[in-house]
Amino acid sequence: MTNPTKMRASAKDGVTEVRVLMQHDMENGRRKDEGGNVIPAWYITEIQAQHNGKTVLDGQFGTSVSKNPYLIFRFKGGAIGDKITLSWLDNLGEKRSDEVAIS
Amino acid sequence: MINMERRKALKTGGGLGLLGVFALLGLTPGIVWASVGRAAFEAKSLNEAFEALGVLTPENSALIQLTTPDVAANGAVVPVTVECQLAGTEQIAILIEKNPTMLAASFVIPEGTEGYISTKIKMAQTSAVIALVKVNGKFYRASREVQVTAGGC
Repeated sequence: MTNPTKMRASAKDGVTEVRVLMQHDMENGRRKDEGGNVIPAWYITEIQAQHNGKTVLDGQFGTSVSKNPYLIFRFKGGAIGDKITLSWLDNLGEKRSDEVAIS
Repeated sequence: MINMERRKALKTGGGLGLLGVFALLGLTPGIVWASVGRAAFEAKSLNEAFEALGVLTPENSALIQLTTPDVAANGAVVPVTVECQLAGTEQIAILIEKNPTMLAASFVIPEGTEGYISTKIKMAQTSAVIALVKVNGKFYRASREVQVTAGGC
């Protein structure tokens, strides 16, 4: 079960700024639960953002990214109403894609 | 003329093949994950991480702006911003020298995307945070010490 990524994209002066909040535990595999059992590693390994089908950011994550990864990036162009898609893939093979329109 | 047709057929065939592979992997067509190796994420020392990223000796550069807090009360959430105004920025990586997993994230910056990344990282203890930026094939670094009062890893 994965939860939707929260996203906001705004275009200003020819540049679009995208703010992203992915919903993911980002467990590094070293933490223990209350019973002293190691919580298995579970984290996002790849992210990709696309603007109207063109890749605008490609990223790889390790376990040192905070829980519920937060990200801001900017690219040139983008008009109000254009679609931004953010996709992620985690180390257990879970994946999801979410979309937002530039406002 | 015949050759052109053959080329077209080959191209179409190849395209279909790729789509087939995506379907097999259960990936949405249109998303091609950057298949950069993950060795850099396993690195146990800064030198190992640099080597895995293909960096020899990154130069310190004042053209990279690395913004972090001086003191982080909560090591689980430390905001980091890397900005490089140089044209031709190709890659931005963020490393934490004293974390068990040093490399936090690495971003490929395509043309048209600005050399700007803001994110949040986990820090186990007080350490140097390093921004590594590749500009026109050359690596530059900027580094800042962040005091961590309560580690969160």
